[in-house]
Amino acid sequence: MTDMSEHNIAEDLKQISAVDQYLTFRVGDEDYGVPILNVQEIRGWEQVARVPNTPSYVKGVLNLRGTAVPVIDLRQRMRQARAGYDATTVVIILRNAMEGEERICGIVVDEVSDVMNTGTGDIRKTPDFGDRVDTAFIQGLVDVGGRMVMLFAVDAFMRHPDLYDPPPEEEEA
Amino acid sequence: MSIDMAQFHQVFFEESFEGLEVMESGLMELEPGSADDETINAIFRAAHSIKGGSGTFGFKAIADFTHVMETLLDEMRDGKREVTQDNTDILLRSVDCLREMLEAAQAGDEADAERVRQHQRELEQELANSGTAPATNESPAAAPDAAPAAGQWRIVFKPEARLFQTANDPLPLLRELRELGELESEIDLSRVPDFEQLEPEDCYLQWTMTLTGDVEKGQIEEVFAWVEDLCELSIEEVQTAASDNPAPASEERQMIPQRRAEDQGAKGADRRQSDRRKSERRGGGGSAQSSIRVETGKIDALINMVGELVITQSMLGLLGEKIEDRQAVTPQDIEKMLDGLMQLERNTRELQESVMQVRMMPISFTFSRFPRLVRDLSGKLGKKIELRLEGETTEVDKTVIEKIGDPMVHLVRNSLDHGIEMPEERVAAGKPETGTIELNAYHQGGNIVIEIKDDGRGMDKDKLLGKAIERGLVSEDDRLTDQQIYELIFMPGFSTAEVVSDVSGRGVGMDVVRRNIQELGGNVEIDSELGVGTTITIRLPLTLAILDGQTVTVGGENYIIPIISIVESLQVKQEQVSRVGGQGETFRLRDEYIPIIKLYEIFGFADQGAKPLEEGLLVVVEAEGEHVGLFVDDLLGQQQVVIKSLEANYKKIEGFSGATILGDGSVALILDMPGILKLNKNLQLQQERAA
Repeated sequence: MTDMSEHNIAEDLKQISAVDQYLTFRVGDEDYGVPILNVQEIRGWEQVARVPNTPSYVKGVLNLRGTAVPVIDLRQRMRQARAGYDATTVVIILRNAMEGEERICGIVVDEVSDVMNTGTGDIRKTPDFGDRVDTAFIQGLVDVGGRMVMLFAVDAFMRHPDLYDPPPEEEEA
Repeated sequence: MSIDMAQFHQVFFEESFEGLEVMESGLMELEPGSADDETINAIFRAAHSIKGGSGTFGFKAIADFTHVMETLLDEMRDGKREVTQDNTDILLRSVDCLREMLEAAQAGDEADAERVRQHQRELEQELANSGTAPATNESPAAAPDAAPAAGQWRIVFKPEARLFQTANDPLPLLRELRELGELESEIDLSRVPDFEQLEPEDCYLQWTMTLTGDVEKGQIEEVFAWVEDLCELSIEEVQTAASDNPAPASEERQMIPQRRAEDQGAKGADRRQSDRRKSERRGGGGSAQSSIRVETGKIDALINMVGELVITQSMLGLLGEKIEDRQAVTPQDIEKMLDGLMQLERNTRELQESVMQVRMMPISFTFSRFPRLVRDLSGKLGKKIELRLEGETTEVDKTVIEKIGDPMVHLVRNSLDHGIEMPEERVAAGKPETGTIELNAYHQGGNIVIEIKDDGRGMDKDKLLGKAIERGLVSEDDRLTDQQIYELIFMPGFSTAEVVSDVSGRGVGMDVVRRNIQELGGNVEIDSELGVGTTITIRLPLTLAILDGQTVTVGGENYIIPIISIVESLQVKQEQVSRVGGQGETFRLRDEYIPIIKLYEIFGFADQGAKPLEEGLLVVVEAEGEHVGLFVDDLLGQQQVVIKSLEANYKKIEGFSGATILGDGSVALILDMPGILKLNKNLQLQQERAA
């Protein structure tokens, strides 16, 4: 009996370590997930200070307890139809260590859905959609009860040189 | 048994560099001919601790080198040697050399051994060169006889391990030596084994000693007579050169000036090299930990403040609990709470002030490098210059201290080089032979003002203006104020080699100086009178963390304009505005035509900001020496704002130096004037291209 329980605990531990928790959110009619450890907090949408001469998806900077944090509308960034700002519109404050320095950034999404557990084994590679779809910020796909959740690549998003620069299409306009 | 000494290295280096500063400033203070005991003692102590420290940490080369310096200083201290221009110069050069050695050791490097040897030889020669007060009075021929009187012996004593077993003890030997003369000994622990292997009955120690005094070699040998065959012993006379053989001595005397000439030539290169090293060190310091020394008093004040804050907090906490428990809240409670909140406000303000105080350092950290600079440069230029420092205790933010140094060096060097005349010229002009440069720092409002004042030849307005017209920088019809004429020297590329001699160089890099000062949020002004002198006034914010700002609105957003750049704010009437060249709008303010920059345009808010000029306000600001009018929707209040970096989480945004949090918690961006001008220029180019 003791043998059994020890075995179970070991198995459980193995499982836990392999499981990552993701916060899922909706952008338009798509579901995304971010590693929960990258999420600092979730706030309701509030007006931010506009920063001149930045792409339209950069909404501005927000006062996060005394530091200026940029807020990016992920819906616009992902080229979704521009959505309005209402009661469920939220800002997820992401935090990521880059080259030893912690950077903070807010993303505007339509709503926060859930926290899901995912084993590494459940993650499937992002298929190649061709040039039409920008998959730079998608790390992989997870099937959650028939619903496809795209894992948001925080690292690439915050590191990507395009982050604060307009994508080519927009610049032409 | 090994203690990791490396952990103390950083402290040793920090202290040694401080010691070097003390030595340098002390040497600068020493007046030839007069021996100020206090000063010499301070220099001596600094040298002594560097020697001790480097000995302890195993930097033997440094210890040896410092030892020679110390010996020379010791003689000065005892009045055996007069303080002369020559030997202070030698000591100053040795300080430079020592600094290089320490820097090299800090970087885990070896200093250039050849240069070190050269300096050490120079020092030793000076030592041998018995410049003692009585000796100088005697004829040179008598000097060799006088020399043994202050003979110096270097004794290396390496006893064998079995020394103790033969019933001998080194200590009495050393005591005996001390009776013969002044003894300095250094112990060499290199033979001491690890603890487990240590034989308590063996002798592992070795000594290197310097014995100064009227001693014969025989006397020393006698001391060691009993242990002669139990040890390695070497006894050498240190100063043989000057005393024994006059011929090589004179040869060396000839060599000294020659070497000096080399030194002079090499100096420029050295200096640059050491400057570079310094900047590397500073640059490297950014990634390493930069530390700050804070007076204990300031920290105590902080702790007191925090104590009060805790008391206030607990009082408010109690009241809060009472409310939470829905107990009847009496009017007294409310009064108490209001009191508490008021106290909290006061505490917060005081705490903010004290925290700012921690970053404040006296400007003497910047000023302290100038005595040396002036001395070196005036010697090289053959000018007589007195440097006066005032207001050295004026405190300013650490970042300002770090960044203002280079521009100031540039300005002081200019004053030295081009401001102060040669002695003959000064006398001919009826001025005292010795020129003065005055550095003065004081607080004025929320700013620190630094003045660099010389009583040199001043700047010739007509020549400056002529040059500017020749270069097409201004037109002949322009009527410039004196101030504007002097400020021409800040124009990029205004001065080149062929500029009239009396202002030559005044302008090389001056644009950089001004840019550096402006980056710190300050400005610089020049006032000059031909033949009387020039005063350069730098005005800087006390701290880079807080600035006085004017809140304005543009397109529904709040922005902050630093008050230091605002000249005035006014309302314009359409008839004051005229179009120039088909596009740029200017308006006439008194005698000046001022270009208008519509902020909503350069911010890309045209969709919602466009307002007729009458409905908004113009804020006239000074940017890069020009006046421009910024068109804003409205002026709100003035307040002190705390600057928050935009780069930390985002990126540098052209036209803004940072952001701040306003009282209502919203964010406002702080305008950066040079950046705004650039944005405006870009917009104009775009419009031209579109047209």
